[in-house]
Amino acid sequence: MEILKFITAGSVDDGKSTLIGRLLYDTDAILADQLEALHRSNRKNDDGSIDLAILTDGLKAEREQGITIDVAYKYFQTEKRKFIIADAPGHIQYTRNMVTGASNSNLAIILIDARKGVVEQTNRHSFLVSLLALPQVVVCINKMDMVDYDEATFNQIVEQYRQLATKLNLQNVTYIPVSALKGDNIVHESYNMTWYTGKSLLEHLETVEIPVDDSSAHARLPVQWVVRPQTEELHDYRGYAGRISSGSFKVNDKVTVLPSGFSSTITKIELLDREFEEAFSGQSVTVHLQDDIDISRGDILVNSSAQPVVAQLIEADLCWMDTRALDTSLTYLIQHNSKVTRCRIQEVLYKFNINTLDKVYEEEFKLNDIGRIIIKTAEPLAFDAYQNNKANGGAIIIDSRTNVTVGALMLRAAVE
Amino acid sequence: MSKHHLDYLDELEAEAIHILREVAGQFEKPALLFSGGKDSITLVRLAEKAFRPGKFPFPLVHIDTGHNFPETIQYRDEMIARLGEKLIVGHVQDSINQGKVVEQKGKNASRNALQTVTLLDTIAQHQFDACIGGARRDEEKARAKERIFSVRDEFGQWDPKRQRPELWNIYNGKIHKGENVRVFPISNWTELDVWNYIRRENIALPSIYFAHERECITRNGQLMAAAEFLNMDEEDVITRRNVRFRTVGDMTCTAAVESEAYLIDDIINEISASKISERGARMDDKVSEAAMEERKKGGYF
Repeated sequence: MEILKFITAGSVDDGKSTLIGRLLYDTDAILADQLEALHRSNRKNDDGSIDLAILTDGLKAEREQGITIDVAYKYFQTEKRKFIIADAPGHIQYTRNMVTGASNSNLAIILIDARKGVVEQTNRHSFLVSLLALPQVVVCINKMDMVDYDEATFNQIVEQYRQLATKLNLQNVTYIPVSALKGDNIVHESYNMTWYTGKSLLEHLETVEIPVDDSSAHARLPVQWVVRPQTEELHDYRGYAGRISSGSFKVNDKVTVLPSGFSSTITKIELLDREFEEAFSGQSVTVHLQDDIDISRGDILVNSSAQPVVAQLIEADLCWMDTRALDTSLTYLIQHNSKVTRCRIQEVLYKFNINTLDKVYEEEFKLNDIGRIIIKTAEPLAFDAYQNNKANGGAIIIDSRTNVTVGALMLRAAVE
Repeated sequence: MSKHHLDYLDELEAEAIHILREVAGQFEKPALLFSGGKDSITLVRLAEKAFRPGKFPFPLVHIDTGHNFPETIQYRDEMIARLGEKLIVGHVQDSINQGKVVEQKGKNASRNALQTVTLLDTIAQHQFDACIGGARRDEEKARAKERIFSVRDEFGQWDPKRQRPELWNIYNGKIHKGENVRVFPISNWTELDVWNYIRRENIALPSIYFAHERECITRNGQLMAAAEFLNMDEEDVITRRNVRFRTVGDMTCTAAVESEAYLIDDIINEISASKISERGARMDDKVSEAAMEERKKGGYF
């Protein structure tokens, strides 16, 4: 069985939490004592039915305000798949939380209120989905019950969104008319929309292809830890431990260590009492090399015939996540895989107006701003362009005064 | 081009190992908090996968309330002997003797809340900068909000509004002196995932997880194992029941369920069919809707 990770995005009252609640409720993922607690709570819908949205609001402040502040993770499974939902807030001030949720997802559900159609928030969420290169998008046109399950309304919104999707170069977009409140086309097919012949949301989630990264030929293994028991019987044991972030490695593959550039050959791939002829993207392993070369945490092993870029001056997209604005005079830390080094934002090239999707030329970079910058790192990074290889193209910026993660970086290219 | 998908248990395992190795690489004095329950036992197996044939880069730390199931302590000591790793035990009794906490009174008295103080003292005494724990996000709705690397301030407090964004598989473990990070490698596992993994890996567990006959009393509608720490009186009728435990905590706050599950396959079938969540058998979660959130803010694990 495989795992599909997805994020839900929509503006405040589009019914995101209700949609998730409905998915969990209709797949029997809510247990009796949790249901009982739900019945005990004061929040009810107008018709007296349970408010499914409170299932996902885990914090006191969220229940008080009836909004989602932080990402909540929810789990459910069917006979076909396991699912991890990142329930991210829709408020503009929590854009950073949506970026957090989206960074680990294979698919995004974008909710649109059938009464309102594509709104500014839809632009913003779709832009983030495109920026973070999520390979699959499902547009759920929700609250169809409030527009009398009208097919023409649905088609009109689909047409609106198609234009946006083209502009953002979104691939693999699926459109589903739903009512999360009433349960139409979420888990069960809708009797109210016989004109819709596609799959219900759950059926789509169960069958949609989970993409493996496009560059699966490009093998990457960031070294996290060097295993050196240094006992008498294991005197010469030296294993490089890490998780393969893309591609695959085989015994006898020729590999290069970056940034140093030394090459060697894989002699063994193992994990505890298992040995592998070949290990794949996503696997945590320990690798042995033929030659004794200097490798430590922060280095990356790559397939010698398909190497990433190694650079210190890099163009990247930046999402700023801190209440203190970006300060180009400061030295920050950058963390890329297991490597941490100092950095400076050398230049802000432009920012995106994420509502209109236009470029704007402003120096100041504040909370939730997204734009293109040039970053200079103290030590070279061995990276791939994010759009080709997410695992080796993402990085974070840390403010060394507060130790807080203040920026998300999608590395694009070395600056010549 | 190879299209290779990991099975879900392999994916969860690989993620957890990655997280454990990040702890090893990023912190100077980490510790693995070991309760003797199935989740921390799973962590120990994952640590073996992450670091063998090397030693663990951290000791195991057990906060002993003094009210543990004897079966758990026996399991712990046998496990440590087999692993050859270091165990540090923090005793709640010591905190009581030092006057730092006061034993609760009354029929429902429990040391469960007191262990937070012992835990924070043990962290301070050994200057641990990261504590690995077996909490899962599916356990409870406040836990569903928790990051994998979750910063605690010098008072051990969790502030849900000040959580760091956590992007891709990059974990930021930078902290100031006095702070520490709780790390939850099996955040994304469900109870059933843990059981399926234990079955797949053939991991031994304390015997109380399996159905056995035991003297029990009924308290607040829950079955509790009869024990001297339970402040029993003549109203408490002891009956012999066939039970097992779904979680392993303190004897004063962990309720039993009636069960005929003698083997791991039986347990998996039982849980798959159960309509009660795992923490439905924890008295400590029933205090209020935000009980877990409040305890976590105070430094509870």
